[in-house]
Amino acid sequence: MTQAVATDRIRCRYTKLGKVRFLGHRDLARCLDRALRRVGVPVARTQGFTPRFRLAFGLALPTGAESVAEYLDIDLEAGAPADLVDLPSAVSAVLPPGVDITAVGPLGPHTGSLQSSVTSCTWEVVLPTVDDRTANARIERVLADAVLVTTVTRKGVGVRQDLLPDVVRLGVGPPTDDGAVRLELELASAAGEGGRSVRPGDVVSAIWPDVAEGARHRRTAQWIASDGVRRDPLPVAAAVAPHAQRCASC
Amino acid sequence: MAVTGPIWSDIEPLLSRVQKPARYLGLEGGSVQPEHHPDKVAWLVTYPDTYEVGLPNAGLQILYEILNERADAVCERAYAPWVDMESEMRAAGVPLFSVDTHRPARDFDVIAVNLAAELTYTNVLSCIDLAGLPLHSAARGVDDPFVLLGGHCAFNPEPLADFVDAACLGDGEELVGDITEVIGSWKRAGRPDGRLGAWRLLASIDGVYVPALYRVTPEGAVVPDDIVAPAMVHKRTIADLAAWPYPKAQLAPLTEVVHDRLNVEVFRGCTRGCRFCQAGMITRPVRERPASQVRSMVERGLERTGHDEVALTSLSTADYSGIEEVVGAITCSDTAVSLPSLRVDAFTVGLAAQVAKARRTGLTFAPEGGTWRMRKVINKLITEEDLYAAVDAAFAEGWRRIKLYFLIGLPTETDEDVLGIIELAGRCAQLGRRRHRGASITVSVGGFVPKPQTPFQWFGMDTAEEMQRKVDLLRTAARTHKGVELKWHDPAASQVEGLMARGDRSLGPVLESVWRSGGVFQEWSEHFRLERWTVACAEHGVDAAAFANHDRPRERPLPWSHLSAGLHEDFLWEDWQDALAEAAVEDCRWTPCYDCGACTGYGIEHVVASSTPPAGGSQGTGQDLTTGGAVPVQLLPTRLPVGVGR
Repeated sequence: MTQAVATDRIRCRYTKLGKVRFLGHRDLARCLDRALRRVGVPVARTQGFTPRFRLAFGLALPTGAESVAEYLDIDLEAGAPADLVDLPSAVSAVLPPGVDITAVGPLGPHTGSLQSSVTSCTWEVVLPTVDDRTANARIERVLADAVLVTTVTRKGVGVRQDLLPDVVRLGVGPPTDDGAVRLELELASAAGEGGRSVRPGDVVSAIWPDVAEGARHRRTAQWIASDGVRRDPLPVAAAVAPHAQRCASC
Repeated sequence: MAVTGPIWSDIEPLLSRVQKPARYLGLEGGSVQPEHHPDKVAWLVTYPDTYEVGLPNAGLQILYEILNERADAVCERAYAPWVDMESEMRAAGVPLFSVDTHRPARDFDVIAVNLAAELTYTNVLSCIDLAGLPLHSAARGVDDPFVLLGGHCAFNPEPLADFVDAACLGDGEELVGDITEVIGSWKRAGRPDGRLGAWRLLASIDGVYVPALYRVTPEGAVVPDDIVAPAMVHKRTIADLAAWPYPKAQLAPLTEVVHDRLNVEVFRGCTRGCRFCQAGMITRPVRERPASQVRSMVERGLERTGHDEVALTSLSTADYSGIEEVVGAITCSDTAVSLPSLRVDAFTVGLAAQVAKARRTGLTFAPEGGTWRMRKVINKLITEEDLYAAVDAAFAEGWRRIKLYFLIGLPTETDEDVLGIIELAGRCAQLGRRRHRGASITVSVGGFVPKPQTPFQWFGMDTAEEMQRKVDLLRTAARTHKGVELKWHDPAASQVEGLMARGDRSLGPVLESVWRSGGVFQEWSEHFRLERWTVACAEHGVDAAAFANHDRPRERPLPWSHLSAGLHEDFLWEDWQDALAEAAVEDCRWTPCYDCGACTGYGIEHVVASSTPPAGGSQGTGQDLTTGGAVPVQLLPTRLPVGVGR
C-alpha cells in the first residue's frame, strides 16, 4: 500500500551520453536510485514492507539512444534540508560516466507527472551513410506527399501506420564535423490509443529503410505545451549545475 | 607484440543488434581504466560464462584489484559473449575484448580463466578461439598470450590440458604476483627460449602446473617430462585472510547480475568434513577474517556501492565465531543481511530471523541425505531432531516456504535412502501446516558427481538412467505428500559434469568436437544436448562410463594424482573407507588434528577467533558443542610466522 506523504518535489535534468547509451531504462533507473542513496539525498520513501525511494522517471529513452534532456522527479522527505546547488555535482560524481545531472529545480505541489505532461521531444539523428545531397530532397518529398507510411508490428501482426501526424517538425540541420547528415526531428510523445509514441528510428527507417541501423539518435529537448505555449519541463529558476556548464564548454 | 588498443568503435555497431547490450559496456563502479605499458604484464581475467554470472565472482574481483595495485601489472576483465553477440563478433571480425578499456584479448600477456563449473569448459574454447589464439597451446607462438586456469575445477585440468598453458592451484592472492614477476622478467629479457622458456619459469612457481611439461604413462599417471617440472604440484594457501582485505572496491554493475549485493567473505575453508563437498576439502584450513575487519569492509562497501543488502559469505557462515557481533552491528542499520550456506539448527534460524526482518519469503537448508544412515556416509551429521527443530523454528518465526537441498546418487544409496528424502520433507511440511495454512517445502534434488580431491573420488557415479529412476521414485512419492514440491537437476547434465570432472587428457578431442558442433553455454538448459557429448565420445573412442560411472581401484593413478590440494591420499582413502563403514569424523577446528595434510604439510593452521565451538546444533558430530573445550587452534589476532609448522 502506498500512502501519500507531504513532500517537497524536485526535478532533475540529466544526460546519457557515450558508452552508457546501451544501458536500458530500468538499469539506469537503478543506477540513479543507488547514486541518490550513496550521496545521502533525503529522498522520501514509499510505505509498506519494502520501502522504496519515491522517484518518478520520465519517458523511457530507447536503449542505444543518447540524450542531453532526460528528466527525473524526486520526492524529498518533508522538511529535510536538501542542498540543490551541490546535488548535481555530488550525485553525478557517483553516476556512470556519461550520466550527469545538469540542472535541478523545485517543483510546485500540483505539477503534473513527466509521463503525462510532456507533449513532444526534439531529436537529433546523425546518418553517417546517407548522401547529404539527396537528404533534403527526400525530406521535401515526404513533406510534399503529406504521408509517411510504415509497417509496425502489433501483437505479431504487421499494421500499416502513417507516422506523419506525430511528426511535429522534420528538417535537415548543419552537417556534423565529419560531414554526416544531421536530421532534426520533433515528435509528439502523447501515445495514441494503446500504442506507443513514434520513435525517431521509426521515421528514419520509413524514409531510408536500409540505413536506419547505423544512425545515431540523441534526444535534445523535451517539451510541455499548454495553451499554445511550449516550455521546458524544468522551471526557468532551475539551477544549472556549474560542473555541467564546464562539461558543455569542453 | 603488436598492441592494438581500444576497439570500441568496432564493437559499438554490434550492440544495437544484440540482447542485453549492457553486458558488454563495463563502466561499473569500482572498475578501472588501467594504463598499459610494454614493460607491464597485462592480465585479462576471464569468466567463461555470461556477464551476469561472471561479474559477481569474488575470485576474479580480488585478483583484478591486487593486480591493478601492482606497479608491474595491469588487469582488465572479459566474459563469454552470449551466442548472439558471438555470432555478430565473428561476422564483423571483432575478437574477444576486455570490458574495461575495450581492448582485444591479444593485447594482453595472460588470459586467466576462472574455472568454476565443468559445463563451462566448451566456453573456454570459445574464448580462446575468439581471442584469435591457436586453440592448442602447443601451436601458440612466442607473442601469443598465455592461457591460465584457476578456480576449483583447476584441481583436475586434464580435459583442458591441450588448450591451456598452465593451471593454478589454490588461493590466487600471492600466486598472481609470482606469475607477474616471472612473465615480466621473461618479457623484459627478450623472451629467452621462447614459449618453452616461459613454461619452465612458470612451472618453477609453487602451485603452477604446466601440462605441456608432463606426459601420460600407459597406466594413466601424469609424470614430469622436463627437468623443472615437479612430480607433485601443491596448491597455494594464504595463511592469513586478514592480510588480504579484498575486494576493497567491489564492482557495482550497472545492470542486474546474480548475487546483486555486497559480498564480504568472513572466512575461507571449512572443516565440517562433508565428504561430497569438493570446496570443503580443497580450501582447508579454516581462516577467519577478524570481526572488526568484516565490519569495516561491510561499512565501506555499503557506502561505496549504495547496496542495501550484504551477504556474509563462506562455506558455512553460522560457524563464523564473530557472527553475532557482525550481524548485530549491521542490523542496527537499514541494511538487509543474507547468510548463504546455513547450518541446520535452531541457533541458525535465530540468526536468520534476526537478519531477515520483514522479508521472510524463503529459507534454505541442506540436509543432503534422506536418512541418518546416508548422512553418516557423507559425514553431514544432521539428526532428524536438528532438522525438525530448525524447520519448526523457521515456521514459527514466520517463514512460509522452506527449501531443502538433497543429493541423489550418493555412495551406498538404497531406494530407502532416496525415499527418505520425501518422508523428511513430508514431516517438515506437516510441521509447517501447524503454523500456517499455506506452508510448503520445496525439495531441490541434485545428482551427485564425485569430485577429484575428495574421499569419494574413487566412487563411480550413477548412470543417467539410474539417476532418472531415482527422480521418478521421488516424483511418485512426492505426489502423496501435501505441501511438498519437487525440483531436480537434469541427470543428463550431471553425467557430462561427471565426465569432465573425472576425465583425463583423452577428453580434449571430445571437448573440441562438442565445441565445434556448437555446444557452448552447456550449463544453460536451452543450449544443453546430451547427444552432442555422446556423439563426440563415440567419434573419439572415449568410454564415458569408464570415467564417470566406474569405481576406480586404489592402485591405479587418478588423472589428478599429480596435483595436491594438501590432503594426503591416505587420509582421503581412509575417509572413504570410514564412509563405507558409516563412521563419522569430527570437525578438527574444535577437536584434535587428524592430519588430513592441509595444515601440517604447509606450516599453517586454522585461524579462528574463538576456541569454543558456536552455540547450538552439534550437527550430530557427537562433540559436546554446548561447552566446547580447549583445542589447539591459532587464535586471532596473532599472526603465524611464515614457515612455522606444528
